[in-house]
Amino acid sequence: MAKSSIKLRAKVKDDVVEVKALIKHPMESGNRKDKKTGEAIPAHFITEVMCEHGGKTRLSASLSGGVSKNPYVSFKFKGGASGDPITMNWKDNKGGSDSVEAKIK
Amino acid sequence: MISSRRLFLKQTSVAGTAAVALGAGLLTPHALLAEWNEAAFKEKDVDAAIKAMTGSSSSEESDKIHIKAPDIAENGGVVPVSVTSDLEGVTDILILAPNNPVPMVAAFSLGEGAEAFARTNIKMGKTGDVVAVVKAGDKTYTARKAVKVTIGGCGG
Repeated sequence: MAKSSIKLRAKVKDDVVEVKALIKHPMESGNRKDKKTGEAIPAHFITEVMCEHGGKTRLSASLSGGVSKNPYVSFKFKGGASGDPITMNWKDNKGGSDSVEAKIK
Repeated sequence: MISSRRLFLKQTSVAGTAAVALGAGLLTPHALLAEWNEAAFKEKDVDAAIKAMTGSSSSEESDKIHIKAPDIAENGGVVPVSVTSDLEGVTDILILAPNNPVPMVAAFSLGEGAEAFARTNIKMGKTGDVVAVVKAGDKTYTARKAVKVTIGGCGG
């Protein structure tokens, strides 16, 4: 399998798990034009990011083309322990998707 | 997150082919992910976008929302924004950039046990405010912070 587009890090500190994710994605807003041809670059961005842990959805985020290229998403939750598996997945407006699993440190 | 199906269908039908292409993917049922709120992400008006996303038409300013963003962003393409809140029972955190072509940038729907914290990098086309909206219980609260952008991020 190809390397996942998601870099997922989760770390426990004082009972709170801090999740940091970096996703490789162009995040084209659809508002830009190709400088040479003048043609509009079609929108291509992640619409949904979801993070699950312990059978529960910890975060479900909706993004738009206004989020930077290779988006960084971070959040925190309580109730996780070191060694627990945590998964994240994303979907984009063109039907693309990816997911990754990591362990909480 | 609350979305009006009626509004969604209505907007999809009028917004033309691009929207239809977008909509086709969105209408595929998927059990796990919340539906992407297209209406809120197409809305040009800040208040209307907030309403489309949260279902609440009035929100009050709150000093219990803290936005961390640079005063001056040298690159509008990557503006780190983090939002935290001292409010109780926060369920949603929205990040908006009113001066962008599409003000609604990101919406975090917090799951069980999640702290009132969200961080991401956003694009800002020009100098303006970053607006954070926090939904706690049935109410929405807002806060804003001015960010000066020296190089635009939306290109062109």
